[in-house]
Order: sequence, then C-alpha cells, then structure tokens
Amino acid sequence: MSAPATPPAEGPTLAIRGLEVRFRTEEGEVTPVRGVDLDVYPGRVTALVGESGSGKSVTSLAVMGLLPRPAGRIAAGTVRYTGKDGATRDLAQLPPSALRGFRGREIAMIFQEPMTSLNPVLSVGEQIAEQVRLHLRLDAAAAWRRAEEMLGLVEIPDARRRARDYPHQMSGGMRQRVMIALAMSCTPRLLIADEPTTALDVTIQAQILALIDRLRREHGMGVLFITHNLGVVAEVADTVTVMYAGEVVESAGVRALFRQPRHPYTRALIDCLPARATRQADGQRLVRSIPGSVAGAASAPGCRFAPRCTFQDPACAAERPALVAVAPGQASRCLRDAVLA
Amino acid sequence: MDRAALALFFRRLFRRKLVLFAFVVLATIVLVALFAPLVAPYSPTGMRVANRLKPPGALNWLGTDEFGRDVLSRIIYGGRASLGIGMAVVVCSMLAGTTLGLLAGYFRALDALIMRGVDAMMSLPDILLAIFLVAVLGASAGNVVLALAIVYTPRVVRVVRGSTLVVRELPFVEAARTLGVSTWRILTRHILLNVASPILVQATFIFAYAVLAEAGLSFLGAGVPPEIPTWGTMIAAGQQFADRAVWVVLFPGLAIVLSALSLQLLGDGLRDMLDPRLRKAL
Repeated sequence: MSAPATPPAEGPTLAIRGLEVRFRTEEGEVTPVRGVDLDVYPGRVTALVGESGSGKSVTSLAVMGLLPRPAGRIAAGTVRYTGKDGATRDLAQLPPSALRGFRGREIAMIFQEPMTSLNPVLSVGEQIAEQVRLHLRLDAAAAWRRAEEMLGLVEIPDARRRARDYPHQMSGGMRQRVMIALAMSCTPRLLIADEPTTALDVTIQAQILALIDRLRREHGMGVLFITHNLGVVAEVADTVTVMYAGEVVESAGVRALFRQPRHPYTRALIDCLPARATRQADGQRLVRSIPGSVAGAASAPGCRFAPRCTFQDPACAAERPALVAVAPGQASRCLRDAVLA
Repeated sequence: MDRAALALFFRRLFRRKLVLFAFVVLATIVLVALFAPLVAPYSPTGMRVANRLKPPGALNWLGTDEFGRDVLSRIIYGGRASLGIGMAVVVCSMLAGTTLGLLAGYFRALDALIMRGVDAMMSLPDILLAIFLVAVLGASAGNVVLALAIVYTPRVVRVVRGSTLVVRELPFVEAARTLGVSTWRILTRHILLNVASPILVQATFIFAYAVLAEAGLSFLGAGVPPEIPTWGTMIAAGQQFADRAVWVVLFPGLAIVLSALSLQLLGDGLRDMLDPRLRKAL
C-alpha cells in the first residue's frame, strides 16, 4: 500500500474548495471548519489527519449533508462530486432530498464504533438487504442474496449463516466488516471512513485496512480516510491532508509528508510517533507529545498553531498565514516556511 | 422473530414462577371469555324471578342476582365486554401514543407542542377526565373506549418520547442516515423497533388500568349502559343488595382483581426481562 508513482488518470471524485462550516451556538456563531481544500481521486485514498476537534469529522458530515440542523450550515465553498453518471454536482448546493439519494448509493460512510453503528434489533442480513432494496430497487429475495454475497465479499466466514445473526452475536471486527458490507452494498464511488479501526485490536485493524484497500482497488472507489493515527496513514494513504483547528495546515503525497513534512504541526505529529521515541539517559524511552491543546474555534488572529509551535516568532501571532504551494504536490500554511525548510 | 427466539423469550419470561402463574390466570380468563357460549352454564340474561338472590349452590355456583340471573354466566359474558373494552383501549392509546411519542421525541420542533398538551391532560385525574369525556360524548361502549384511550394516551406518549430521545442519538441512527435511509423509515423501522419493549410493557399496564377504569366508570353510572353485562355494571347493579347477597358484588369484583393483578404481574415480568439493567440480576 504505497503511494502510486503515476498521477491519477481521471479527475477527482470529490473536490472540496474553500469549505467553510458554521455552527450557531449559545455563545454566537463559531466556524469549526474554514477554507478547506481537499481532493479524493477514484481508486485512491486521501487521509484526513488531525487531533480531536480539528474539524475533520465536521468536514465529512458537511460532505454527506448531515451537519446537525438547524445549528450547522455550509457557509461558503464548493463540494464538487462526480457521480456514477459522470456528472459533477456541487453537493453544497443540492437540496436535502437530492442529497439523501446520494447517500448510500454514491457516497457511503463507515464509523469508529462498530459496536453501536448497527441496529441491535435487526439481523445483519436484514440491514444490508434493506439498504439494497432501498437504493437498487431489488425484490426481497434478491436483496437477501445480495446481503449474503456482500458478507462473503467482506470475508465473513460462513456468510449465509451469519446473515441471520444479530449484531450482538458478532465480535467488533466482524461488526466492522458488516458495516463495510453495508457501506459497499450499493458500490459507492466514494467511501468516507471515519476512524474505522480506532476501536479495534491491532491485528483486526490490519485485516480491516487490508479489506478496505482490496475493495478500493477492485471497485475503483475513492476513499476519504479520517484518522488521528499517522501509523495508519503511512499504511493506507496516497495523499494526506493535515487539519488543525478547522484549517488545512498541510497537504502532500504520503511519501513527501513523512520524508519532508513542511508544517511545524506535521513535524510535531510525526515526532510523536512511538517509533520516534527517544531513549533517555536512564534508558527509558520517551514518546513525545505536543504541549497544549487545540485552540477553540473562536480565537485571536494569527497562526492558530502558534501557541503550541516550537518555531513561532512574534509575526506568527499577528498575521494569519495562507496555504501556499511549497513543492510540487505539497502545500503548507506557515509564515516561516522559507526559514524552516 | 423465529421460533427459537420466541422459545427463548418465553423461557426467560417464565423463569419467575409468579409471572408464569399470572400468565396462566390471564390466559384462562381470556379463553373463558372468548368461548363464553360454550363455557357458561346459563344464558347471562335469562331471568327467573323465583330464583332471586340465591346464594352460591349446586345449581348456580356463584349464586344469582336480583333478577334470578346466573352470576357465573354473567361474569363469563361480562369478561367479553370488560376485556374487549380494555383491549380496544390498549390498541387505540398505543396507536395514538406511539405516533405522538415518536414525533415528539424525534422532531424537536413538535416536542414542546405535543408534550405541553400531554402535561395538561396528565394534570387532570384519570377517572374525572374519563367521566367528563363520557358525559360529553354519551354513555356507550364505544365512547367509553374513546374516553379511556384519550385518558391513557399521554402515558404512552411520555414513555415513547423518552425512549425515542435516547435511541435517536445512538450511532446506528446516524449510520442509517449516512446510508440514505429516509426519516420516515428511520422512525418506523430503526427507532420504533428499538422502543418496542417499553411500549409492550406499558400496554400490559394500560390494559389493567383500563379494565379497572371501565368497571369504575360503569359503577359510577358514567360507563357502559347497564343492560350490557360487564364486571363494572354487575357491581353497580348489585351494590344495593350487597348487604343481603354479597356474592353479586364479590365475584365480579374478584374477576376484576384477578385480571388486573395478573396483567400487572405480567407487565412487571416483561419489564424486568426487557430492561437490560435488570436482566443481569435475574
């Protein structure tokens, strides 16, 4: 699973430009996501990386048209999606009823919590069958066969029997496979995976990642992989977009990002990987961390990462940096890039 | 639910012997009422003046009333009306209450509107509201059902709304939304199925309340017309003879107590079994 050497042949499945999301709260309006640019190409994986509260999940909900209403809305930007019919539409402009037709059929999503993302009172086969009846307009018998077939596709052993099982009869890894089967049942063009392996054992994680990778290759499906785990990013992603406090701070191909991270936040994240832990004088290995926490959505002008940045200087607090190309295929949002590079 | 699941359901439910006992009692009452013409020894309306207010004996096991009618036969036939009215109240209040409760729990805009109405209705005592409604609508079996359904709907609304508020926030509801499931289907399939158990429990309690309330209304003369034998009308008619012939009120009263009690016990058993926090303790 390494980055392909060739650039994508087709245009992007999903192209987000200047996305800004606003929420009305009791303390006034906040902007958890601003100015986000992001591309997902067919058959490729774009990883969206960031800490909790960086806006990565809000970005994915905005794409799905599932921002909590009426508090949340897309305030600016475009979410251009190229569907199975080849037409490109701006999802940010579509009415809710049209968006619902896209969900499941064109864009599907899997979640962090395989324990609770399935309906406990329906058998897993029924849940998949319901999905394909809804979107593919199959009859009940054909839908059930499709459900069994999908469970086989996600490598659930004895799929025909397991289709009758209820979620509580399955392990976490199995349930995540069922979620993937559910998401894949209508062969979507875009899969949004929101931390799909976080709640799983490491060995199961690897199996699930391999499964997603296989389905992506076989179906030419674009994947937006949301995670805070850079180890997983290195394994699955083709391109990486790093978010911090609602903004994209760096985007790059996966190799460039790990070999030559440009933004101080990306560097700090990579330094936090356990593999980079440094051995102390007393022989203890020390895993590093970034001091502080993500600033609230409404904060002072200037670079949002500045308060936690080891390279900050006075200018950082005064001026908000723009996302600028720093190398072919790599962009970073840092005033001091020229000095640091 | 397939057969194995159903068998498991009943095995769990009947683990407590009291629940099994209640179920057997209730089933007996229902079956006897259902097959009244086969079971009843006499016609419930056949009058024999010579036999007025006979105590229980070999011919009339539970005695006769002031018109010489067989009390046992009247109880058996009266069960049809009493249980039938109770059942009809359950069905009507469940339908209305579940619909309103789902709407109130799921759509926040409707919540305040529906729940303030519910609060207003619950602030009135049950039986007074029912008497008022029957007085306005007119005394008939259908209007008793309607009045009691209106009285008990708010209880169902509260239970269903509360459960819906919990279930709507569970991740699988959002997962369903990301898969393009319509709001209508989310409500009717994903949420309704998950709030079914509290609804079922509430149904058994309302059945018990409704049987009691029908008897109460009939006793007070604000219920079913006296010519239809129900347990309530029997007690109402018999009360003036209760000092001389206690059996004309005692046995219908016992029928009410037995059916209400067994329904309550069954409801308790269902609730204990379906509540995951209590299930572990069993």
